[in-house]
Amino acid sequence: MTPETITATDAAALDIERIRADFPALHQEVNGKPLVYLDNAATTQKPQAVIDAVRTFYERDCSNVHRGVHRLSQRATVAYEQARTTVKNHLGANDSREIVFTRSTTEGINLVASSFVRSRLEPGDEVLISAMEHHSNIVPWQILCEERGAKLVVIPIDDDGDIILSEYERLLTERTKIVGVVHVSNALGTVNPVREMIATAHAKGVPVIVDGAQAVPHLAVDVRNLDCDFYVFSAHKVYGPTGIGALYSKREHLLEMAPYQSGGDMILSVTFEGTTFNEPPHRFEAGTPNIEGAIGLAAALDYVDGFGIDAIANHEGRLLADATAAVLAVPGVRLVGSARRRASALSFVMEGIHPHDIGTILDSEGVAVRAGHHCAQPVMARYGVSATVRASFAIYNTTHEIDALVAGLQKVREVFG
Amino acid sequence: MSDLRELYQEVILDHNKRPRNCYVMDCATRSADGHNPLCGDTVKVYLQIEDGVIEEISFQGEGCAICTASTSIMTESVKGKTVEEAKELFEEFHEMLTGVAAEQGVELGKLKVFEGVREYPVRVKCATLAWHTLNAAINSGDEPVTTE
Repeated sequence: MTPETITATDAAALDIERIRADFPALHQEVNGKPLVYLDNAATTQKPQAVIDAVRTFYERDCSNVHRGVHRLSQRATVAYEQARTTVKNHLGANDSREIVFTRSTTEGINLVASSFVRSRLEPGDEVLISAMEHHSNIVPWQILCEERGAKLVVIPIDDDGDIILSEYERLLTERTKIVGVVHVSNALGTVNPVREMIATAHAKGVPVIVDGAQAVPHLAVDVRNLDCDFYVFSAHKVYGPTGIGALYSKREHLLEMAPYQSGGDMILSVTFEGTTFNEPPHRFEAGTPNIEGAIGLAAALDYVDGFGIDAIANHEGRLLADATAAVLAVPGVRLVGSARRRASALSFVMEGIHPHDIGTILDSEGVAVRAGHHCAQPVMARYGVSATVRASFAIYNTTHEIDALVAGLQKVREVFG
Repeated sequence: MSDLRELYQEVILDHNKRPRNCYVMDCATRSADGHNPLCGDTVKVYLQIEDGVIEEISFQGEGCAICTASTSIMTESVKGKTVEEAKELFEEFHEMLTGVAAEQGVELGKLKVFEGVREYPVRVKCATLAWHTLNAAINSGDEPVTTE
């Protein structure tokens, strides 16, 4: 792409062309067309800084953590623990010991369900989640509720894709033992008022876990300001590697939580008579951790912080507004989700044309989008569709790419006449 | 565009728009539900089989153009055929889509319009869901089948 294709408004805040140069995967052709990558809500491309950080670990520091007296192990341990501090700083947590490395957002939710909620859940108790949750914030609670004889209660959303807050307050009762809510919906793009929702829950003494998988890449997250009990996210949606994520938990909770998995690294001492568990966060990181993943995650957050998340949010907000207007101008397009506040993702359907066919035709034009139910089938059911097309934006996307998306949709109309 | 036309041939677009044999069959002797968890496509196939011959076949479903057209054309292709012939047709159809050279010499007829799907491996399941579901219906299973 030539610099002329970058608009003045893009250049005013962030030098997108320079940013694009940081991402090797963006510079390729797909089906003979320049790649237009708009599937960022599924995963983001990785900047050279992240690739280099992982590579450097293997080329120079490769060793196990927390046990070796030798130099390489010391370097690996320092890098791994520094990564924890980077996550802590990025989320605005008090203490690095409040950050547990996980495999993913999903594992973070499972960890909280298993180690925090399970022992608190009595028959007749309730777990309260919203109707726009990803399967990862539904299924662990379903399984736990079934096991404990508890009930999964769902906060309804309105036609725009906003949580109905009056319903939320009504459903929040003395039976509620945890609230699980997504910060930014992957299927609708809705930014939920989690700070207010957490305050409401806390007023009734109910702890809250926030699924931040789609929020950390796109907006400033400050866990102390939110006052959430738990916050989970994945690295790969914020320019980091796959297979690594983090759980923020208030320290008071971590101190009393049971181990999640058990084995090496999470113990202080072991005899055949019994085991003394390690202190949090190590108590929750059994086995050799994903060391290069943590290092890659830290490099990714450093990369984001180098620009400032607010500058990124501004850029993506403009793209989303432009894309929404441009896509809606295509005949037959209907938006799914038009919440008061949205981030990054645009979900839509086209009259009489299945999202899968749209996805294939866009791909033939080099445009990568997601077509499907976005692992949020209850959301699809709420809007009476089986699937949508989702375009989702990241730091490196341009208005030129929105033009390519719209041109692709015109092609869809041509093919389907 | 020429590649896309290979995939989205006129016959396919026509069957997508006006699917044949698309109704709930009240007097079906067998039926089965099919589901592609990857994309959420669903199809239900209804059959009337007498003396090993598919006398009537219909479907209901929700899916992409490839899935809908494939189901529609399948109903036309197997109607009046024996169960064995239908199974042979599926084998031949599957081989066409997965690139294995056809050897049995079963005449695919109209089903050949799906040849372009071979170039789109993620869409092969869209074209075969109907057939997997037909198989399940023939075997009279009440269990839903999936493409997984």
